[in-house]
Formats: sequence, C-alpha cells, structure tokens
Amino acid sequence: MKAVCWMGVEKMSVETVPDPQILNPRDAIVRITSTCICGSDLHLYNGFIPTMEQGDILGHEFMGEVVEVGASIRPEKLKPGDRVVVPFTIACGRCFFCERQLWSCCDNSNPNYWIAEEMMGYSPSGLFGYTHMMGGYSGGQAQYARVPYADVGPLKLPEDVPDDKVVFLSDIFPTGYFGAVNCDIQPGDTVAIWGCGPVAQFAIRSAFMLGAERVIAIDRFEYRLRLAEKAGAETINYEQVDDVVQTLKDMTANVGPDACMDAVGMEAHDDSVMYLVDRTKQAMRVETDRPIVLRQCIKACRKGGTVSVPGVYAGFDDKIPMGAFMNKALTMKTGQTHMMRYMKPLLDRVQKGEIDPSFVISHRVPIDEAPKMYKMFRDKQDHCTKVVLDPWANGAKAA
Amino acid sequence: MNQIRSILRAGARATEPTSPRRLGALIGGGALALLGLTQRSKSGLAMAAAGGALVYLGARVDRHPGVLVAQSSILVNCSPQEAYQFWHNFENLSIVMPHLESVTVSSGGRSTWIALGPMGSRIVWDAEIVNDRENESIMWQSLPGSALFVEGTVKFETAPANRGTLVKVEMRYRPRSGAIANAVARMLGKYPNFVMRQDLRRFKALIETGEIPTIEGQTHGPRSKVVAALRVADPTRPIRPESQVREVLNAMRRIA
Ligand SMILES: NC(=O)c1ccc[n+]([C@@H]2O[C@H](COP(=O)([O-])OP(=O)(O)OC[C@H]3O[C@@H](n4cnc5c(N)ncnc54)[C@H](O)[C@@H]3O)[C@@H](O)[C@H]2O)c1
Ligand SMILES: [Zn+2]
Ligand SMILES: [Zn+2]
Repeated sequence: MKAVCWMGVEKMSVETVPDPQILNPRDAIVRITSTCICGSDLHLYNGFIPTMEQGDILGHEFMGEVVEVGASIRPEKLKPGDRVVVPFTIACGRCFFCERQLWSCCDNSNPNYWIAEEMMGYSPSGLFGYTHMMGGYSGGQAQYARVPYADVGPLKLPEDVPDDKVVFLSDIFPTGYFGAVNCDIQPGDTVAIWGCGPVAQFAIRSAFMLGAERVIAIDRFEYRLRLAEKAGAETINYEQVDDVVQTLKDMTANVGPDACMDAVGMEAHDDSVMYLVDRTKQAMRVETDRPIVLRQCIKACRKGGTVSVPGVYAGFDDKIPMGAFMNKALTMKTGQTHMMRYMKPLLDRVQKGEIDPSFVISHRVPIDEAPKMYKMFRDKQDHCTKVVLDPWANGAKAA
Repeated sequence: MNQIRSILRAGARATEPTSPRRLGALIGGGALALLGLTQRSKSGLAMAAAGGALVYLGARVDRHPGVLVAQSSILVNCSPQEAYQFWHNFENLSIVMPHLESVTVSSGGRSTWIALGPMGSRIVWDAEIVNDRENESIMWQSLPGSALFVEGTVKFETAPANRGTLVKVEMRYRPRSGAIANAVARMLGKYPNFVMRQDLRRFKALIETGEIPTIEGQTHGPRSKVVAALRVADPTRPIRPESQVREVLNAMRRIA
C-alpha cells in the first residue's frame, strides 16, 4: 500500500510498504477513505519531538471502512463493512483511566511505556503515528491502518454523512471542543484563544456552543483571522499590535479574559527577543519548546481564571511566569484529548446540522502530494488551513 | 504450534477442573486472545539475552554478586482471585516474562523453569510451591541441588475503593557458581527491578485487556541501519533472533 513516511526532519516521502496485519486479537484493519495532516504532525516534520524513526508512517486523523477484525472483536461491536472514524488516542477501555473517561491517559496501550515513563514519570496512551515514546504505532496517512482495541475507539458512522463532515471527529473537532470545555465557561465569559489554526477554529465555535459571551482570537494570518470572524469572534493580529496582553486588557475593561486558551503549542512564533532566545535554545535542543503563547496566556488571564492548553508541548519550557500563575490563583487544564468522551455527542451535532466541520478544509489532494502539502501547511502558503488527503486518487489532482 | 497447545493446556489447568473456556473469563479476552498472543512467539530465541542490549551491556559481572533481587508492584484492575489464578499457574508467566523460555508445571506443586541466558545458553531449575494462600499469596523455592537458589513471593491485596488488586512480587536469586551468576545477572539485566516492572506491565495488560500491546511485526517504511540497531536494543525485550549481530554491536556502541 501507499503510506506517508517520515524519513528525517523535513523529509516526508510516499513509500510503498506492506499492508498492515492484525497483530492482536482486538485489532482491526481499516481501509482509509480520508486522512488529514494535523498541526501536531508539523512538530514531527520540524523534528521537535524526540523518538521518531526513519520509516515511521505518520497520520492520526483518518476514517474509512473496516475490512478485517481480530478474533476477540464481537460483530455487534465492529465488523467488516462498518464505516468508522478512528480517534487518534489509542485506549484499551478496561484500565483505571479508561474507566474514568481519561482516555488519553490509558495505561495499557503504549508498548513503549518505559520511554515516556523516563521523561514524564508515567506514560499517556499510545497515539497513531506519533513517535516511539507514544507507542510507535504506524499511522493513518496511508491506504490501510491497523487499529488496536478496535472495539473501543472507532465510532461507527451512518452512510449518509460525507467524509468531509465527519473526518475531523478523529481529532481536531473534539480537541477544539475539549479545549473549550477546559475553559470552564460561565455565562458572560470572555474567552481569548491564541492561534487560528484548525484546532482553534473548532475551539472558537465550541466556546460559543458552550455559552461564551465573547471570543477573542489571535493570530497573524489574515485569512485565518477572517475564518475566526465568520464564527463571530473578535480578532487580534498580533503583528499589528504592540503588546497582545495590553490589547486584551483594553478590550476587556482591564478585567482580562476569563479563560485563555493556548491552541498554538510548542512552536509559537513571535518577533520579540524572547522568541529568538527560545528559538536558539530549541535549535540547540537545550529547550524543547517555545512557550511564548503559554507565557502570554498566564499573564493575560484574569484573576482566578482558567488557562486551557490544547496546544502540544513536548518537554521542557523556560521562564514560565509561575509567580503570576500562583498569585492570580489560576487553574490550568490540558491533555491530549479524551476523544471517546466527545466523538458521539459531536457526531450528533453534525447530524443535526448545528455545525458543518468541512468549513476548515482548504486543500483536498491525492496522498502522493503529501510531502509538498506538509511544507505548504507548515509555511501557511496558498491560504492553507487544513489538508485532506485521498489515499486512493490515482495521482490525479482531485477536485 | 506446540507453544499454542501448551499455553492452552496451561490455561485449562489454571482453572481446574474446567475446560479452556474458563480461561476466557480469567483473562477477559477469550482463549483466542492467547492464540493471538502466540504470534509473538518466542520460539527460536536461542540467541537472546533477556533485557535487551541496553541492560545486557551493563550486566557484565566481574565478581560474585551474592543475592540478586528483582522486585516491583503494580495495581491491576481485577479481583485478587483473577490475579491469583493467572499467577498460580506458573506456565502463564512465560507469556509476560520474555526472559523465561518456558515453565512447565508437574504434579504436586512442582515446576521446571527454563530461562534464556547469554549466547544461546539456558538456565534451568526446578521449583516447588512452599506456601500457598488462595487469592492472597504464593511463595515458591527452587529444589535443593538446583544450579541456583531461587525464591519468589507474590502477594495480592485488595486495593481500596474498588481500585482493583495490588500485586507485589519479589524474586531472589542466589547462584551457586560464578558462571551461573554471570548468566543470571545477564538474564536480569543491569536493572532487575526495571525488568520486573516491564513484566508486571505486560501481566496487567494481559489481565485487563486480554492482550499485550505490541507494534512488533507492524508495517512501516524503510528503516535506516542505525535505527534498526537501536530498535534491536530495546531494553524491554530480548534481542531478536533475526537481528544481525553487527546491528546489535553497533547499537551497543551507540548506547554505551
Ligand atoms: N491536545 C490535543 O489533543 C491536540 C490535538 C491536535 C492538535 N493539537 C495541537 O494544537 C496546536 C494547533 O494545531 P493546528 O492544527 O491548529 O496547527 P496550525 O499550525 O495550523 O496552527 C497554529 C496557529 O498558531 C498561530 N500562531 C503561532 N504563533 C502564534 C502566537 N505567538 N500567537 C498567536 N498565534 C500564533 C499560527 O500562525 C497558526 O495559525 C498544535 O500544537 C497541535 O499539536 C493538540
Ligand atoms: Zn491531530
Ligand atoms: Zn485503558
């Protein structure tokens, strides 16, 4: 089959590899019909998360049709022919954490538990196509994928909703929603969201769904800010203001946003001196992350407010304003998304027509063009917001 | 095939006097789960050194080590009874402990243990259960005259507030000769507690989910030689028989 392989930093290539096989009794094989490139993949593309290996298949946002199931999967749970969307977190459904709906903290799904344990004390769940520290599972930017614990994760889909409307249930829609849930939104609240990427776009819409009075979205790309405005957000182009924190102050009558969300993560951009310091440290691998946005979130948030962090961080961060965090009595909530909490309720919203997630798609291309699209998405060229790959298009340009 | 049969047989015995179907309840994933597991067959691991290159490397012992202790504990989402039943049939242990080639249980609480030593060697000892408290603890010891003295204890305690069962294991090895000492040290690796913790993780996964998580044998793109070597050096499992000696040596050099 065809698969998008990580061959080194900024080196992606579409390779022909063996088809995946059932390895464990609760596995299934899915024939993929749509698969996407995520902002999280960019951290791997840029080489900022350790324990990647040449030849790893990337991709964790995919859906398709079940073609084979392992011996322990009961037909009422899943059977060949079922149309499913697969969550990017791999969870066993039976451990302490899964039983408490902390799906992305599943205790059993990472075969390389000890690597993450070394770095973080304990390992979160395995993830598709996301470093060996996170399990080393081959991902879904391919024609087929092996899905472990297939009786837990995959959500069965009705035939009548097109891929474009449901494929983002694999990650970014639930992730944006989780980011908003973590803001603990109360009536009258103002939520400030850093980043206007795909995750943030869903977070903005989710914040309104959850009752936010105002959403202020921050980015530097005008086309992404326009997309945020379409959802009713006010916007700040951080390149056109002197100080984002001061601007937020001015916009909130010196109260500050009730919740601040970092939907940017470890590769935030800026033109300050601090940015150059972080960048240099990151390039030298002294510091793994560039926590520019996280610092701003903590400083900007109103007293007693909440900082929600769906943006991904990998390791160590310098100069986190702990003093502000402590003395303002803030709360921080974060995590890889506990996918299975939100997939079904959000599918219901899609089916009821409350939201059409396909608004975020800017490019639909054959899988063969993936390497080019990684670069384009990373550099935000050609108004790229979200790339959906067709694994089966015969190299021809899709509509 | 032999392996499969022996595991199923083992399962049947574990839940005497019933059929292998009881085993399904025991591990929560059906007896077929065990069949699936055997795809990760350990047969032919003759060349293997337990613990992988990383620990294997540091495990060279120059002096007589005295007593080697491996201990760890884990919280398993099951009843003490389920944990006890799995453990009580020592044959099951070779599923979760890659450095054990096999354990064969014979009558009267006796068992023969075969562990993988360095360079294709095997360490063999016989053991018997010396204290057995149903659903609470098991203690076993090697028989007098074995090449090494082995003493194992496993305890099962109900965790508070329905949080499952706390399983605490301690294994003590006292080799009778320098050569055996070396072999055992290599088998356990530089960090015996680390190896034990990995074993208990596999045990927990098997009990809770009916399978052991793995990516072994999954599809992937072209690997580089260096990367292949590092994979071979995964300290959580024995060096794979199909691996190239040169890769292993390179991996060791890189890691050292
Ligand atoms: N928690 C989870 O489970 C989860 C799941 C998916 C993605 N993520 C993470 O969410 C983050 C965003 O993902 P995405 O797909 O939207 O990526 P993306 O790269 O498309 O979006 C990031 C956006 O942040 C903007 N940005 C950069 N620096 C900024 C700054 N200083 N202030 C304001 N905006 C800034 C960029 O211009 C860009 O538009 C990534 O870190 C990704 O890894 C987390
Ligand atoms: Zn993603
Ligand atoms: Zn779990």
